[in-house]
Amino acid sequence: MHINKNKLGLLKDHDVTDEKVYLNRREFINKAALLASSAALPSIAFAESEAPAPSYTDLKKSPFSASEDLTSYQSITTYNNFYEFGVNKEDPAKNATDFPDKSEPWRIVIDGECDNPGEYDLDDLMKPFTLEERIYRLRCVEGWSMVIPWHGFSLADLLKQAKPNSKAKYVEFSTLYNPQQMPGQQSSVLQWPYIEGLRIDEAMNPLSFMATGLYGNDLLGQNGAPLRLVTPWKYGFKSIKSITQIRFVEKQPVSSWMIAGPAEYGFYSNVNPDVAHPRWSQARERRIGEFLKRKTEMFNGYQEQVAHLYTGMDLKKDF
Amino acid sequence: MFRQLFKTSLFIISLLPAIILIYGALNNQLGANPIEVLTRDTGEWALRFLLITLAVSPLRLLFGWHFLADVRRLLGLYSFFYAAIHMLLYVWLDQFFNLTDIIKDIIERPFITVGFINFIALILLAATSNDAMIKRLGAERWNRLHSLVYYIGIGAVIHFFMLVKKDVTEPVIYIIILVVLLGIRLYRYSRRSLISA
Repeated sequence: MHINKNKLGLLKDHDVTDEKVYLNRREFINKAALLASSAALPSIAFAESEAPAPSYTDLKKSPFSASEDLTSYQSITTYNNFYEFGVNKEDPAKNATDFPDKSEPWRIVIDGECDNPGEYDLDDLMKPFTLEERIYRLRCVEGWSMVIPWHGFSLADLLKQAKPNSKAKYVEFSTLYNPQQMPGQQSSVLQWPYIEGLRIDEAMNPLSFMATGLYGNDLLGQNGAPLRLVTPWKYGFKSIKSITQIRFVEKQPVSSWMIAGPAEYGFYSNVNPDVAHPRWSQARERRIGEFLKRKTEMFNGYQEQVAHLYTGMDLKKDF
Repeated sequence: MFRQLFKTSLFIISLLPAIILIYGALNNQLGANPIEVLTRDTGEWALRFLLITLAVSPLRLLFGWHFLADVRRLLGLYSFFYAAIHMLLYVWLDQFFNLTDIIKDIIERPFITVGFINFIALILLAATSNDAMIKRLGAERWNRLHSLVYYIGIGAVIHFFMLVKKDVTEPVIYIIILVVLLGIRLYRYSRRSLISA
C-alpha cells in the first residue's frame, strides 16, 4: 500500500484505505442506497419509461402539427385531470387501468338538430376516416402545458355525416356516466355526466379533432379512451374525454365547469394570456419537463386558424 | 436527559419531510410537474407544523403533557422554515423574482394576499422567538405579539381553501382541526372569565 500526499500535504480517506476495501465499500454503499430507495418507494422512480412501440405507423401527417419537442409519454400518461377517476393528477393513471371495459363495444349516440342521427359502435363510426396525426400544444387552465402527438380524425368530418340542420347552433358533448367503471362519479365534486360544448363554427373548424390515440397507440383510459375531443386553442378541460354522446342543439350548452364555477369557467374558455383566471394569472405557463416558465400565446398560438371566429367579441366578457 | 433526547429526535424528525422532498426532486420521483409538488408540499408542511404548534397548549391543558412546552418554539420555527421554502419556491420558480409580477399577484389574487400577509407575520414571530427578544419586549408585549399566531392559523387555512380548484376536502379537514384547537382555548377562556366574574 502506498501513501500519497496531495499538494497541501494532507491525507485523504482513500490514502489510508486499501483500494480493494475502498471499492468494495463503495459498491456496498451503492447497493444499500438502491435497496433503501426501492424499499421506500415501491413504484420505483418516475425515471422516464419509454413509449411503447407504435401500433399505428402510417398515420397521415397534418399541416396543423406543431414542430416542438414532444412531452414525454410518461408525463402524458401519468399527469392527468380526469375527475371521473379521482381529483389528483396521479389518480386517473391508477384508477383507469381497466377502462374502458373491452368486453363490450363503445357506443356513441349522435342526435339532436340533425337529419341523420344515429347510434354507432366506435369501430363503425371510425371506418370512413383515415387516421391522421396531429401534434398539438395542450394548455391547462392551471398554468401548465404539454405537446402531444394525437391521432384520430377531424371533428367536422364526423359532424357533417350527421347532417346538422339550421337549428344546430351548438354542439354538446357528454362523457360516459358509469360510476362503477368511473369511481370518481361516486363523489359529487362535479355534475355528472361531464358536459362540454362548442359553437357550431368552432366545432367545424379544421383544428377541432377527435382523438382515438397518442404516441401511435390507442388512447389509455386516463387520456380519455376510446374517443375524446381535442380543441388546442382552448383550455384543456374543454377537450372532453371518453365521449358517448354528441348532440346538436339550438341553445348554448352549460358545461360541468360552468356549473361548478360560473365566475371562473366560461363557455368559450379560449387560451388568453390577457384574461386572468380570478385566482391566478394566465400570462405564463410551465411546459411539463421544463424548468423556466414561458409566455402563454393568444389562442395557445393558433390565432391564424381560429382568431376570426371571435371577431367583434369582447373576450374579457365572453371568457 | 429525556427532554434533551426528545427535543433532538423531534428536530431530526421534523426535517424528514424536507429531506424526502429533496431526495425525490433529485431522483426524478416527484412526477411530471415536480415544482408544483414541491410548492404544494412545503406549503402543506408549514400548515401542519403551525397546527401542531397550536396543539401544544391544548395538549398540556387536557392531558398535562407539560414536557411539550420545551418544543413549542422548535415546532413554530419549523412552520416558518417550511413556509420560507414555500415562499422562496413561489418567488423563484413561479415568478422568477419579477417584482412587478409578484406585487401584482399580491394585490390581485386574494389567496396570495392572505399568504403574503401570513408570511410577513411569521417572519415577525420567528425573528422575536429567541430569549433575548422575550426579555427585550417583556412577557406581556411578547405574548401579545405572539398571539398573532392565531390569526396566522386562520389565514393559512383560508389560503389553502381559496387556492384549491374544486375538491375542498383537504382544506376543510385542516379548518376543522384549527376550529377544535382554537375552540378549546375559547372554552377555557370563557370558563376562566366566568369564574373570575
